[in-house]
Amino acid sequence: MSAKYIAKSAGIASRLLGGEMMIMSAVDSTFFTLNPVATVIWQAADGRTPLAEIVSQRVCAEFEIDFDTAHRDAEDFVEELSSHGILLVSERPFPEPSASPTEAA
Amino acid sequence: MSSSYHITVAIGGMPILLHTQDDSFRRLLARRYAGFVDSSAPPRFEFEIELTTPSASASDDDVRVEMRNGTWRLRRGDFRAQWDPDAGRGSIRQSANPYSIDSVLRIVHTLILAREGGFLLHSAGAIRNGRAFLFSGVSGAGKTTISRLAPPEVTLLTDEVSYIRRVDGGYRACGTPFVGELARVGENCSAPLQSLFFLNQGPENKIEPMAKSECIRGLMRNILFFAGDAELVTNVFQSACEFVERVPVQRLTFTPDSRVWSLVQ
Repeated sequence: MSAKYIAKSAGIASRLLGGEMMIMSAVDSTFFTLNPVATVIWQAADGRTPLAEIVSQRVCAEFEIDFDTAHRDAEDFVEELSSHGILLVSERPFPEPSASPTEAA
Repeated sequence: MSSSYHITVAIGGMPILLHTQDDSFRRLLARRYAGFVDSSAPPRFEFEIELTTPSASASDDDVRVEMRNGTWRLRRGDFRAQWDPDAGRGSIRQSANPYSIDSVLRIVHTLILAREGGFLLHSAGAIRNGRAFLFSGVSGAGKTTISRLAPPEVTLLTDEVSYIRRVDGGYRACGTPFVGELARVGENCSAPLQSLFFLNQGPENKIEPMAKSECIRGLMRNILFFAGDAELVTNVFQSACEFVERVPVQRLTFTPDSRVWSLVQ
């Protein structure tokens, strides 16, 4: 299985509000609210850390969930957000600096 | 050649000077914006209106709003307009009707407010005991109904579109001349914003809390916004988030009689 790297698109705005991560596409105004696990993945999407590492070191460490289940869920989450152009996916690390969307906490 | 006639329309405390060569159109504007005409206010922006022959172009065509070389270009079947916000000037081409200028002004105000952390919101608005309350929702949610049920001491700001300004770390709701089914122009006044309610009609009157994400979703659905400009979309989203952090936002379910106003304090 090849590594998968994820980065936030530049065309989005996101905000952590009341413990929920809210994301809006500036391109088509689609709006997403992330659950706590997805929020962890989102916050770790720096374009340099493999998705599997994010899952093992962040998701499994912070939530009581086995790696296989968490990884499968993470793949689904990444696929959904990438289909809206909100997450960028690559088999190689993104060049630095990675996409830098507007984000505020 | 400069135009002979002008009128200053101040909505949300934002005076916009409109020039026209046609006195009858100026009078039409004076009637349309009665209560919002303020000749003494120094204008923030000016528009030259060029009147054209009415055409068959439908006013319900999709509106297009785009920024090019520092100038906003607004276009719909019944009007063309451009506006350079830095120069403070613009122009409008339309026939002599109040609906096109209404749309242009709404769009211009959304663009002005987006830069200042405010917005226009599909909502009824009212002042009670010196504080403003907003009632938002899509068509049929009850904006006109709750406006109609307001007790006499309540000042109606609008039954359709509220003007929300960011002022001194808080928000003020201002009246607008943009009317809904009530067909009654709002009062040209403002008050600090106390609460925003998202309306539902139901068998009893009750107020319920809403999750922040629901509030943002509801706001983004009801904020008037026309430009596809990514930076502006981002600004509006951030403005909605700021708003939800500072203003109580709740769901108000009501049955259509005046007792609902006992909950609005």
